[in-house]
Amino acid sequence: MSEHQYVPKSKAGKWFNDRLPLLTLGAHLTDYPTPKNLNYWWTFGGILTFCLITQIVTGIVLAMHYVAHADLAFASVEHIMRDVNYGWLIRYIHSNGASMFFLAVYIHIFRSLFYGSYKSPREVIWIIGLMIYLLMMAAAFMGYVLPWGQMSFWGATVITNLFSAIPLVGDSITTWLWGAYSVDNPTLNRFFSLHYLIPFLILGLVVLHIWALHVPGNNNPVGIDIKKPSKDTVPFHPYITIKDAFALLVFMIIFAGFVFFTPNVLGHSDNYIPANPLVTPAHIVPEWYLLPFYAILRSVPDKLGGVILMFSAIFILFVLPWLDTSKVRSAVFRPIYRQFFWILVIDVLMLGYVGAMPAEGIYLVLARVGTIYYFLHFIVVMPVVGYLEKTDPIPMSISEPVLTGGAEPSLARKVNDKV
Amino acid sequence: MIKSKFKFVFFTFLLFVIIKPVQSAEMVDPIKVNWSFKGLTGTFDRAALQRGFQVYKEVCASCHSMQYLSYRNLGEPGGPEFSQEEVKAIAASFEISDGPDSQGEMFTRPGRPSDKFKSPYPNIQAATAANGGAYPPDMSVLVKARKGGANYIYSVLVGYEDPPQGVNLDDGVYYNKYMIGNKIKMPNNLIDGLVEYSDGTESTVDQMAKDVTTFLAWAAEPELEERHKIGVKVIIYLLLLTILVYLSMKKIWSRIDTEV
Repeated sequence: MSEHQYVPKSKAGKWFNDRLPLLTLGAHLTDYPTPKNLNYWWTFGGILTFCLITQIVTGIVLAMHYVAHADLAFASVEHIMRDVNYGWLIRYIHSNGASMFFLAVYIHIFRSLFYGSYKSPREVIWIIGLMIYLLMMAAAFMGYVLPWGQMSFWGATVITNLFSAIPLVGDSITTWLWGAYSVDNPTLNRFFSLHYLIPFLILGLVVLHIWALHVPGNNNPVGIDIKKPSKDTVPFHPYITIKDAFALLVFMIIFAGFVFFTPNVLGHSDNYIPANPLVTPAHIVPEWYLLPFYAILRSVPDKLGGVILMFSAIFILFVLPWLDTSKVRSAVFRPIYRQFFWILVIDVLMLGYVGAMPAEGIYLVLARVGTIYYFLHFIVVMPVVGYLEKTDPIPMSISEPVLTGGAEPSLARKVNDKV
Repeated sequence: MIKSKFKFVFFTFLLFVIIKPVQSAEMVDPIKVNWSFKGLTGTFDRAALQRGFQVYKEVCASCHSMQYLSYRNLGEPGGPEFSQEEVKAIAASFEISDGPDSQGEMFTRPGRPSDKFKSPYPNIQAATAANGGAYPPDMSVLVKARKGGANYIYSVLVGYEDPPQGVNLDDGVYYNKYMIGNKIKMPNNLIDGLVEYSDGTESTVDQMAKDVTTFLAWAAEPELEERHKIGVKVIIYLLLLTILVYLSMKKIWSRIDTEV
């Protein structure tokens, strides 16, 4: 922010800004030099901010009408759906909003993986992002418990039981989490409390995420460092704001399609059956966005092993910046790694698919193959390919090869084709 | 490059999703009915809702509760839309337990539109005990609570058959082609001519099943018509705004040499 020598025009503005430089911050956010070659995969940061705000606003309204009690929760949700003015709209935005949030965050994460945005000097942005993702999963899981339907109850039972796999103290920890000897009213109460807390923690981390981003500035599809400001950059406003707005609107159309025309397709029909501790559903499945991890969990015959592997699948991402040995950021110039990247995408989609299927026969085999590849990708492929790969030549700047094309025409074409 | 790969991945995923229904063929697929409430602009058939309510009241309600609905819902827009007088009369035909009064006594009174639908049993245990150990599920959100939704409910209602050779059924258990596991404790309650429709519609089993399923679909999603109506407006609004913002973006970015 130090490059700004912003002086407010009005006297009042100057008086205030000398005491709290909010206007300087505003000017920084407006002028923030952004690479001009960002493609639409870069619009998901703004979309995710929108998702978070939407979830918080709709959630606060829902909390005004929801009752966190095992005997009343299900009925209070029906009360919201039937008697609260536009309660159905608010709830459907909130429940589908969770799915849209995860859809956007997965695109955001895979964009980072493809263009090497996690690499130096952006490791801290990446790690804060992963912490946000972890909190998102916790918030989503607890939120799914709140309607107190069959999937709520049994999903909560399965997930909290994972902690009982911890040697020696596992059972005590599980009981402590439950606040009872099974998933019961105390569990619902604390999940509601935490579900309300976590989004604000996420909001705080989002501020840090953006702060950390504004130190080195955005990565870009070419993945090279750029001078800021320069002819390679544009001011954030109006260039990026308008582009983000356009992408956000397209996203909102899809979002509205779910909310208004097929609001329950992403949920499970069993969650409209009130929770019953005496009846176990035929298949207990988490929400779609947790399925890949569920598949990894179930691919291990040993409970503790499964739990460790599932958590490892997330925590391995924290050391990703140091597992990747390549000096080139963007996969655009990494012909070998690029292939593996797409294999990983297919692998994760496949894990998600088998996570929804019963853990038997071909599904179990696929889950195991998928799990093995997932870890191989990060532990073996990334360090080795980064070390051995012969990368394509990298342009000197964003503008030069594309615009002049004089220095090396073949390179110019390459960049144009791929970005 | 990225685009083509992306397409490939997308279609691979689509393939997974398509294969799914083929492989989970434990149960017979429900009959597909062309419901009027399907689709982006689907609405309920008012007459079918009123007939369906009649079937519910005269047949289903003797065992199944519908505790999240109020009698006033029957007169609200997007539902059966009975007149206010009809709603009052329907509500008043039920004796509702209320209280305690100033003497601390519970008492009964005729129902009011603001009352919830009266349940046939005081609690789940009583309902279970009275029905051979099987709780007749509350029907408020039944259509949303079953995979296959309205098609599934309709199919079960018309899916009673004699059990195939070699299938032995206990007393009070019936064979149903569409029910998961094919065994159902609800007897086949629908027979031709069971209810007398006031609008002169012939009450065949198929007609009654369709009517009551329509009613249950509305009960589960009373907001459906409003949702569709608002949804169409929202999408049109967003599309127009998207076009405007797109054109603005093109204009703004034309100041510099990069394509968006």
